[in-house]
Amino acid sequence: MAEREQIRRPAPRQDEEIVEEAPAGTEKGEELKADIDDLLDEIDDVLETNAEEFVKNYVQKGGE
Amino acid sequence: MGIPNALMGADEHRSRLDHGAVGAPHRAGRGTTRVAGSFKIQALFERAVTSTMMAVHKICGIETEFGIMHHHGGDSNPVAASSMIINAYVNDRLDGRVGWDFEDEHPDMDARGYGDFDSLAPEIESHLVNAVLTNGARYYVDHAHPEMSSPECYDAREAVVYDVVSERILVASMHAAASLLPEDEELIVHKNNSDGKGNTYGTHENYMLDRATPFGRIVRYITPFFISRQIFTGSGKVGTEAIGLTSRDVPFQITQRADFFEEEVGLETTLKRPIVNTRDEPHANNRRYRRLHVINTDATQAEVATYLKVGTAAIVLAMIDDDFLPRDMNFRASVSTMREVSYDVSMTRAYELADGGSATALEVQWEYLDLARKYGEEHGFGVVGGDDIGSDILARWEYVLATLERDPMQLSTQLEWVAKKRLFEGFMNRHGCDWDDPRIRALDLQYHDLRPSKNLHSRVGMERITTDQEVEYAVTEPPERTRAYFRGKCLAKFKDDIVAANWDSMVFDTGTDPLRRVPMLEPLRGTKAHVGSLVEQCESVTDLLRELGS
Repeated sequence: MAEREQIRRPAPRQDEEIVEEAPAGTEKGEELKADIDDLLDEIDDVLETNAEEFVKNYVQKGGE
Repeated sequence: MGIPNALMGADEHRSRLDHGAVGAPHRAGRGTTRVAGSFKIQALFERAVTSTMMAVHKICGIETEFGIMHHHGGDSNPVAASSMIINAYVNDRLDGRVGWDFEDEHPDMDARGYGDFDSLAPEIESHLVNAVLTNGARYYVDHAHPEMSSPECYDAREAVVYDVVSERILVASMHAAASLLPEDEELIVHKNNSDGKGNTYGTHENYMLDRATPFGRIVRYITPFFISRQIFTGSGKVGTEAIGLTSRDVPFQITQRADFFEEEVGLETTLKRPIVNTRDEPHANNRRYRRLHVINTDATQAEVATYLKVGTAAIVLAMIDDDFLPRDMNFRASVSTMREVSYDVSMTRAYELADGGSATALEVQWEYLDLARKYGEEHGFGVVGGDDIGSDILARWEYVLATLERDPMQLSTQLEWVAKKRLFEGFMNRHGCDWDDPRIRALDLQYHDLRPSKNLHSRVGMERITTDQEVEYAVTEPPERTRAYFRGKCLAKFKDDIVAANWDSMVFDTGTDPLRRVPMLEPLRGTKAHVGSLVEQCESVTDLLRELGS
């Protein structure tokens, strides 16, 4: 059916909100970039030392 | 009194228990001697609740099977490890008094002795350990995993609180088990859904629906919703476990579970998993209610993702109850689309629809959101917990869809798969490695490791919607607006006099035969408003049962 092809995001009000949100989002993006270095420092510290072995040993039985 | 099967009236139970497991409808002899107790209370319990003309309240809850590992445990098997970890918690926190076996009354099957585990047959996969907690949750061994079923929650936000509570309880359980094990051994719990080697274990959602809603309608309208919602419900996974594909085809995907779905509709949960599960076990008045048992998403520690998952599903199911949706948007090939949506991290791919045309997962979600907005305007959001939470769910839903469309990485503090993708890509950039580096697999696993010293989720700055204070409170306290309140409060106050508890009944021992069974077939009965002062005032179960009108 032709109408099927018209499933598209409706609502112009969403566009308005996107515009409003953009500056906050960008700011947040910069913060996130700054944070990632600190985060990666911490991750390097807590990552399992025997990572490969740990992954290999992680075997579960199926559930549900 | 009038109606023998009161919504939550006390019922007489003639023989010592022949009770089944949780949820097994108990067919006790009834209609025998019934003493009229407090007329007021009895009348309250029997009041008719719902009109068949509108959606029923979307009582909801989440069950999670956790991954478990006995580090340096030698021949330890996962069933024993699961039993050990639950019993360690029950004995530590609850003084061993609330754990019991629902299957029968063998005291030696009871969850009360750590030392007993050595003697357990390794292949027993029944509900070997089965505890009901004072917050109304059920904590038990299912197959080879510790599992927590949250209490019945009034709305999506409450479901998130109890989902986080389940993590806290598992952490406390690991801690309790550590004090019982030799120093070099450890029980390690993961909140994920796959071991990366083809074995999966589930996270199930539950929603109450109107029995009058035809199942065919549910399947027709919920299937495309379930497939498309993966873009915000997924917890992310490195590689694929689908037969015939390798991690070269799928280096990273949105969900842990999509690889394992092989049918559109069915009863199975362990083989040939269906997108829509047909288990029909309402744990409530089965003439009035259905319970939709949903097996197709991931466990998430990301509170926003869990909130959106439950909140949007509750709204869509309310729309289905009310037959509000004007048309379905089914994909031509549901099962393969389920996987392909998970594999397409760009979320740009369009899929053929059954009735012609095509749509992306985002577009299908936009349409559901648009209809949900209209539904709210016409019907309000009372059945999902009120207009405030309804509007909040819509606002977050819209924000998430808009941001996924514009720049998904902006959701790295809301959605779990995005948080993981950002973390892994950051790691690969720093270390100059690729998706096939074993350390990436290790990060993927460790993200879900619930040990506070190892857990990565708690380190990536995720947005919270719960507070530590309310979570800590809910570790022991039940929801106040569902029957979980009655269950939890009775357990807290009368645990020595409770023989068995169940989703829809409790059995009390007053010290003389017969045992007394209180059916709780109405999930919106037994709330704090309803029985709070009653449970508080009664000094004994005899008082309580008398007041309940037994």
